[in-house]
Amino acid sequence: MTAPTAPLVAIAGLSKTYATGFRALMEVDLEIRRGEILALLGPNGAGKTTLISIICGIVTPSTGSVTVDGHDIITDYRITRSMIGLVPQELTTDAFETVWDTVSFSRGLFGRAPNPAHIEKVLKDLSLWDKKDNRIKELSGGMKRRVMIAKALSHEPTVLFLDEPTAGVDVSLRKNMWDLVRALRASGVTIILTTHYIEEAEAIADRIGIINKGRIVLVEATADLVQKLGKKQLILDLQHPLGSVPAALSAHRLELSADGAQLTYTYDAAMESTGIAALLRDLGEAGIHFRDLKTEQSSLEDIFVTLVKEPA
Amino acid sequence: MNFHAVKAIYRFEMARTWRTLFQSVVSPVISTSLYFVVFGSAIGSRIPQIEGVGYGSFIVPGLIMLSLLTQSVSNASFGIFFPKFTGTIYELLSAPLSFVEITLGYVGAAATKSILLGLIILATASLFVPLHIAHPFWMLAVLVLTAVTFSLFGFIIGVWADNFEKLQVIPLLVITPLVFLGGSFYSVSMLPPFWQTVSLANPVLYLVSGFRWSFYELADVSIAVSAAMIAGFLCACLAAVWWIFKTGYHVKN
Ligand SMILES: Nc1ncnc2c1ncn2[C@@H]1O[C@H](COP(=O)(O)OP(=O)(O)OP(=O)(O)O)[C@@H](O)[C@H]1O
Ligand SMILES: [Mg+2]
Repeated sequence: MTAPTAPLVAIAGLSKTYATGFRALMEVDLEIRRGEILALLGPNGAGKTTLISIICGIVTPSTGSVTVDGHDIITDYRITRSMIGLVPQELTTDAFETVWDTVSFSRGLFGRAPNPAHIEKVLKDLSLWDKKDNRIKELSGGMKRRVMIAKALSHEPTVLFLDEPTAGVDVSLRKNMWDLVRALRASGVTIILTTHYIEEAEAIADRIGIINKGRIVLVEATADLVQKLGKKQLILDLQHPLGSVPAALSAHRLELSADGAQLTYTYDAAMESTGIAALLRDLGEAGIHFRDLKTEQSSLEDIFVTLVKEPA
Repeated sequence: MNFHAVKAIYRFEMARTWRTLFQSVVSPVISTSLYFVVFGSAIGSRIPQIEGVGYGSFIVPGLIMLSLLTQSVSNASFGIFFPKFTGTIYELLSAPLSFVEITLGYVGAAATKSILLGLIILATASLFVPLHIAHPFWMLAVLVLTAVTFSLFGFIIGVWADNFEKLQVIPLLVITPLVFLGGSFYSVSMLPPFWQTVSLANPVLYLVSGFRWSFYELADVSIAVSAAMIAGFLCACLAAVWWIFKTGYHVKN
């Protein structure tokens, strides 16, 4: 055990060059705090899965080090791996085994004595209890993903890695999944998850790490990041095209589209007062009517553009 | 040492055996019975005794070896190949295990299954021909060591293979011919001198010879040589497995 304030997972100078010569990770430094939910956000091929796979022992690092609770993942692999649960990105399960058997198998594999009460709790938490005697091949895709989560939780890990847990999961189940993740965090489990969606990271994570082309671009508390980057746009489709933005509205810093049919208002969604109410009132007074309106949030792409333009 | 993991893998593999009972037990028994009908009764009735043993009885050790070798190799190779193929190997790789536990679990289960199969074939054979086991201890020892050795060999094939074709090519092109040419159905002394010498290069000859000796005290080579050869194969396979995991060959990126 290391001091409670020390990071639970410490990654230093980690690089990975695959056999093909491709450099998937370059000098990654990252610290994961005890009890937090960290979201790793990044586009396809950024290196998220590679990073997780190294920590879990599936991929061997080229250079650099990783410690989990102060133990090196190479020399003390038995200690670190028994602390870690992994739900990989790909849906890979057995087919002919029952749900109960496959989850119990995982517990044994991770060196824990059988504990039917724990397996029962995990299956119930994941709404899989009524499927416990079904063969895995009889389950739907979303159920199989939950089976993989159950397997990862079977040995009571202290760190849980979820590699794109919501891929292929329907909306209501996604909510359940987030509830589960929060409940796990409340019980003291540290959680690292990857996602392509900033909304998802925002909704669940305490901190967000952005990874691109094998490098960690930034790691920040979710609230700070959202404030920094959480620009939203309100787009108004006008009934009658305008030649220019009326002077009465200049305080709102509106942008008019080239054809004069669209007005765009940019605001900070995290602010107390977004200025939308004032804008709509002023529009009414100026006699400008709109047919439709929509809001847009900065996408991951925009964030990358922002990050490249003004390095954090 | 992670004993819970060894147990988990072993039970998982044995459960696979019970699920595929027909394929893994019933079909070898049927094919063995066919050998007895064809060789033992139809052809064997026209073949004189070999060194005082009826032909039907003479081929029993060789028949058991044939199944033992092919089944050990195919079971163990499939056992480790399948998780690689489906991707569930991620769990083995991320678990607190060394190659020792993985090998013990998979090879242990494959060997157990082969030994059971060998005993079942032995029991089936006893229904067809009179059997005499002169050295039951040595019979069991050769049975167990051969099952373990060839399960290890199969395990190595399963790790090496990256497609189904490779998985099947060794048992088909190497094991089966070696067993047939290794004196399973004849005594090497029945061959012309030149082919007797060639046969000595066949590792399976030593297994069959040692195994037959434990039944009838008939052997093509001395039991000591057989025992040394079996021990040698076992060590070679253990060394290969150790090397595979040491280098991460075909298992990890
Ligand atoms: N076994 C491998 N051999 C060679 N290159 C690989 C291998 N695995 C991954 N890569 C490459 O490494 C890079 C990072 O891949 P990785 O799977 O870590 O990305 P990711 O961030 O998880 O992407 P996604 O969001 O699509 O899951 C990619 O360019 C990929 O092509
Ligand atoms: Mg990925």
